Amino acid sequence: MLTLIQIELYKIFRRPRTYIAFGAIAALILIIQFGLKVDGKSYADFLMKDVGGTMEIDGNIINGYLICYIMLQLLLVHVPLLVALIAADMISGEANMGTLRLLLSKPYSRTELLIAKFLAATVYTIMLLIWLAILALFVSMWIFGVGDMFLMKSSYVVLISQNDVFWRYAGAFVFAALAMVTVAALGFLLSIFAENSIGPIVATMSIIVFFTILSTLNIPIFNVLKPYLFTTHLISWKEFFDLKVNDANEAIIGSIQNPQRIITSALVLLLHIVGFVGSAIFIFNKKDILS
Amino acid sequence: MQQIVQVTDLTKQFKNLTAVNQLSFSVNEGDVYGFLGQNGAGKSTSIRMMLTLIEPTKGNIEIFGMNLSKHRREILRNIGAVIEKPDVYKYLSAYDNLQLFARLSGIKPTRKLLMDQLEMVGLAQRADDKVKTFSQGMKQRLGIGIALVHNPQLIILDEPTNGLDPQGIADIRNLILHLSREMNKTVIVSSHLLSEIEQIATRVLIIDKGKKLVEGNASELLDPSQTIVELQTMDNVFALQQIKLSKWIDKLQGQRNNSIVIKLDRREIPDLHTDLASMQIQLLSLQPRHSLEDYFLQVTSGNQHVDTYTN
Repeated sequence: MLTLIQIELYKIFRRPRTYIAFGAIAALILIIQFGLKVDGKSYADFLMKDVGGTMEIDGNIINGYLICYIMLQLLLVHVPLLVALIAADMISGEANMGTLRLLLSKPYSRTELLIAKFLAATVYTIMLLIWLAILALFVSMWIFGVGDMFLMKSSYVVLISQNDVFWRYAGAFVFAALAMVTVAALGFLLSIFAENSIGPIVATMSIIVFFTILSTLNIPIFNVLKPYLFTTHLISWKEFFDLKVNDANEAIIGSIQNPQRIITSALVLLLHIVGFVGSAIFIFNKKDILS
Repeated sequence: MQQIVQVTDLTKQFKNLTAVNQLSFSVNEGDVYGFLGQNGAGKSTSIRMMLTLIEPTKGNIEIFGMNLSKHRREILRNIGAVIEKPDVYKYLSAYDNLQLFARLSGIKPTRKLLMDQLEMVGLAQRADDKVKTFSQGMKQRLGIGIALVHNPQLIILDEPTNGLDPQGIADIRNLILHLSREMNKTVIVSSHLLSEIEQIATRVLIIDKGKKLVEGNASELLDPSQTIVELQTMDNVFALQQIKLSKWIDKLQGQRNNSIVIKLDRREIPDLHTDLASMQIQLLSLQPRHSLEDYFLQVTSGNQHVDTYTN
């Protein structure tokens, strides 16, 4: 099994296509960082315009922590496409190249092969998130410095103490990795049905867009579905940045307002991963290879 | 002689199509086993079932004396295959592809082993070049190198000469003969071209519409007393009249594709040639066709591919 995983990782990281995702993330982050470095004051004023009349901020709210949060909000919507580029290609790409039949005539079971491929796709996804973390968090901390984190939520403001932020990012990135692995699992499942990777990539994104719309629509008939849709839980990383407050309405350091929501979301995503990959293995084991 | 492959009542049904229908055959150790049939006859489906790519609807496959479905891993470890097109990872070099598939076949290859393998298939000079720069013939040779890298007992080549030029076809033919004679490998080679199979096969299976038509030793099927000769003359009407008046009337088969067809013992060809000259028949060509080829045409239902088989 280890040999299979090594071979699958070798194949992923020898393909030029793999680096498109890393390049795209780097380009986007560097452009945003450049823009905020040059014109961060205007952006801060823009952020504050809604609350400018009700509270006064002393100091600069633009720092590495806030910028990382802004970028995660922007990028984690698009990262699924980059994940799907590889995950939805794992089987369909082999079928398209014609290598699938040679691969499956080797002395490994289809289950072993699929698990190895999925684990390799998972490693790729995690590396993409690590790359995102390095650029969005660490490079932003280096360029903009650190300080207390000021977040504007829809109906309230959160102020997180500087020394209470970093672990939240660690948790948020771990959760984001889980969310992206769920996307990878969906792409992986769809890839067993096709003989070129375009179809599964488009299908993966279409499903995500479709269910995201369902998840965000506030129509009562859909509300019953929402807790079960994986798209509802993809953004639960934000929960790490909601704090409990004490009676004096002060943030409690080290707290999370609704940890149960994070656990529930993680479980729903895990169940989806198991369901998607399990279905892929079940169906693929019965499939005749005609490509 | 030890039986390497034993296929019994193999059947594959795709919805309304029976691609392989109760096919039974056996391959002995050291055979170059020719698997012949027209396009769509069921050759590739049968081979894919032998490699566990397609699940049989019915039937049993035993390889190396073991049941394929129960001992898949042990069996596949000793098989090397090129299945239709020799597709490999185009973004990797020949060397990297060979190394990758060697590892997938369960061996840890040394550089020397890989380079020796590339040398054997004539690709040592291009070892570090990406496969996307290779011609079809080079890809085919690399595919065979990959099939052989783990030193398998049984080699399965499905249409190995597809898309190759005459030199490429000759190279593959020589390589198969080398594997059989020098390395004592058992080779199953499928083709829709009889001319390919008859030059290398020790045993032959002909299938059509998924069913076995004939299986036997190539030498027996190539019976010299059953040679077909096709004559092309300046005036076929005159030539036919003359032949009907001669001792060759009993061997005359009639006309086919503007040729006069005579069935005779191969050793009688010089006599025929002399008699045709004495009968003032102006001969354009006299072409013996092997009996196996004729047999192939007789036993397979479609005559529409005659030109393909008689090239």
